[in-house]
Amino acid sequence: MSRLNEANIKTALEIIARYPRPKSALIPLLHLAQEQNGYVTNEAMVHLGELVGVTSAEVYGTATFYEMFRFEPVGKYLVNICGTMSCALMGAGDLMHHAEQKLGVKAGGTTADGMFTLAHAECQAACTEAPTLQVNYRFRYKVTNGDFDTLIDDLKNGKLADEIPAHGVVARIRQRIPADRGVGAVAPELVTENPAWMDGKAAL
Amino acid sequence: MTTAIKYPHAAGFVAGDRPKIVTSRFEHADSYTIERFLATGGYAGLRKALGRAATDVHEEVKSATVLGRGGAGFPAGTKWGLTPQQVFPKYLVVNGDESEPGTYKDRLLMERDPHQLIEGCLIACYAAGLSQCFLYIRGEMALAQERVATALNEAYAAGYVGKNILGSKFSVDIVLHWGAGAYVVGEETALIESLEGNRGMPRLKPPFFPAANGLYGQPTIVNNVETLANLPWLMVNGSEAYTAIGTKTSPGTRMVAVSGHVKNPGVFEIINGTTTFRDLLYGAEFCGGIRNDNELKAFVPGGGSAPWFTADQLDLPFEASQVGPAGSMLGSGAIMVMDSTTDIPAAALTLTHFYAHESCGKCTPCREGGTWLERILTRIVEGTGTEADLQQILEVGAMICPGDFPHASNEKLGLAAVPFPYKMTTICFVGPSAFAPLHSAITLFRSEFEARLVKRISIPVTAVSTPPTVWA
Ligand SMILES: Cc1cc2nc3c(=O)[nH]c(=O)nc-3n(C[C@H](O)[C@H](O)[C@H](O)COP(=O)(O)O)c2cc1C
Ligand code: SF4
Ligand code: FES
Repeated sequence: MSRLNEANIKTALEIIARYPRPKSALIPLLHLAQEQNGYVTNEAMVHLGELVGVTSAEVYGTATFYEMFRFEPVGKYLVNICGTMSCALMGAGDLMHHAEQKLGVKAGGTTADGMFTLAHAECQAACTEAPTLQVNYRFRYKVTNGDFDTLIDDLKNGKLADEIPAHGVVARIRQRIPADRGVGAVAPELVTENPAWMDGKAAL
Repeated sequence: MTTAIKYPHAAGFVAGDRPKIVTSRFEHADSYTIERFLATGGYAGLRKALGRAATDVHEEVKSATVLGRGGAGFPAGTKWGLTPQQVFPKYLVVNGDESEPGTYKDRLLMERDPHQLIEGCLIACYAAGLSQCFLYIRGEMALAQERVATALNEAYAAGYVGKNILGSKFSVDIVLHWGAGAYVVGEETALIESLEGNRGMPRLKPPFFPAANGLYGQPTIVNNVETLANLPWLMVNGSEAYTAIGTKTSPGTRMVAVSGHVKNPGVFEIINGTTTFRDLLYGAEFCGGIRNDNELKAFVPGGGSAPWFTADQLDLPFEASQVGPAGSMLGSGAIMVMDSTTDIPAAALTLTHFYAHESCGKCTPCREGGTWLERILTRIVEGTGTEADLQQILEVGAMICPGDFPHASNEKLGLAAVPFPYKMTTICFVGPSAFAPLHSAITLFRSEFEARLVKRISIPVTAVSTPPTVWA
């Protein structure tokens, strides 16, 4: 089943309702689909198109622009090694070389057991802690070859299961807007006046 | 002597005895919780703002001259004033897409003090009459997304966000939105496209700037995370206290990340306008010098897009009006340092590769030119490039940026500075950015490129037919 399941449809509708136009929810929903299946399936894209009211081609058009979306299965753990300047200056090239040896795949490849996909990544906003990597978007800083080996062994032995969810899950905590607290999204053409507090007087 | 304390929970952040406007809570391991936030003056700035008329709050921000921290350095208060009065709704889009090479500050601000950012968003919405706020966090920042989601859930429950905030007539939703990996989406019009659910390609501007025509065609303010994080302190302490720090044209503090070949790389909140690059690279309370006491070869002063500086520019302060004429920009507060051992062509390649890879493909000079630059430079780095290749790089560069390209002065080379900015044939700055590092590298270190070139020496020879065995 690679359309969204019941629980995710509920979440999807909640997310869509937050935007003045449904299509705005597309990227969060693509993440939801990837979270459910580990990658973005064609059926899921068709389903998302139905949910936000655009064609599946439009969904595909958006999805393929963004690097995090995968359209084929990837390893349970996606290991992204940063290769941009600060990391490159601090030995990212050697780290990548070591990683390829350790995992037995080239950058871009997936190990035969489906556990690891190794990838070259761009600046991860952690440049002072170079060289850096992310496993399913969880950081490791100032990574030595030894650290890398330990990381891979720990992942294999399930020691990091609490910290690092399987590929597809990014944030594990979602925003929830309580019905009685939210203002609610309104299509822009339905808004006909300035906000109430723009009356020249203090709000409190 | 100041003691620099590294807080292990705030990776890379180094505190000092300097004014703290946006990092005041970083010393607490639980700085991201609502309990800690409220115990340390949290939401007091919002309360103060709501006690004044919106226009009044706007004026206060204007007189503080809070410069945008996302790259362009445009004053926030002035930007808010550019929206048309009688068009609504207006929106706030928070730029938390931080991905400019070398930049590391917005992620810290979101992970370590999400409530401060939320409070900043609320103050901006109140002052500028913005009806809804979208907080766009870079897709790869799992922890920042979790921390901001938690903070928003807490803030909604406690009545700080949503309907009738603090019981007042001020109501606004803050919607957490997140990306999926595309550097160019950090450009404000691409951010808006992405938020509309489209491919994140920049829009042509002029004629329309987001303040007039942005999200869903409505007036939209796009502000950087750090810019907004300044507002709570500003509301509590007032614009006079704010402008008392730093200089008249660059008041307050700013966050700067220094990475690469320094002894103590780190993220610092520095005094704006007066702190110099020398202070940062060599000062004991900052990076403490170049690693192994090597010589400084070059540094990138303002993120991967910025033309490079060398030791000649170390005494420049963090002041746009001085850095621009010197041939570069302060950008997003990212300094990347290269010591004397650095392979310059290879270092430039990491950046040219970055921008070529991140091109959205909308403009030909960027889509084609960036790729060309990367391919030609790769040949040179690998030792198979020729003199013609070096020439070709400059020609391709001139198609992206016609005319003199900005660069720093250099005493040894007898070069005078060419001031920032450049002319460009592209919609956004990604195209020029593929050329910028390469242009700096070739201008300042041409001999390192020449040493890599394949020399074609012509020797007069007589043609000899090859024996057929060679083909066997
Ligand atoms: C290619 C490109 C990438 C950018 N990336 C970012 C970014 O990641 N974060 C950011 O705040 N601004 C980024 N900017 C600048 C934004 O376009 C915009 O100027 C900024 O968010 C405005 O906020 P400020 O006025 O508060 O600085 C980028 C600009 C360009 C051209
Ligand atoms: S300069 Fe490059 S990234 Fe920017 S709009 Fe043009 S093609 Fe896209
Ligand atoms: S260069 Fe690797 S994290 Fe920025």
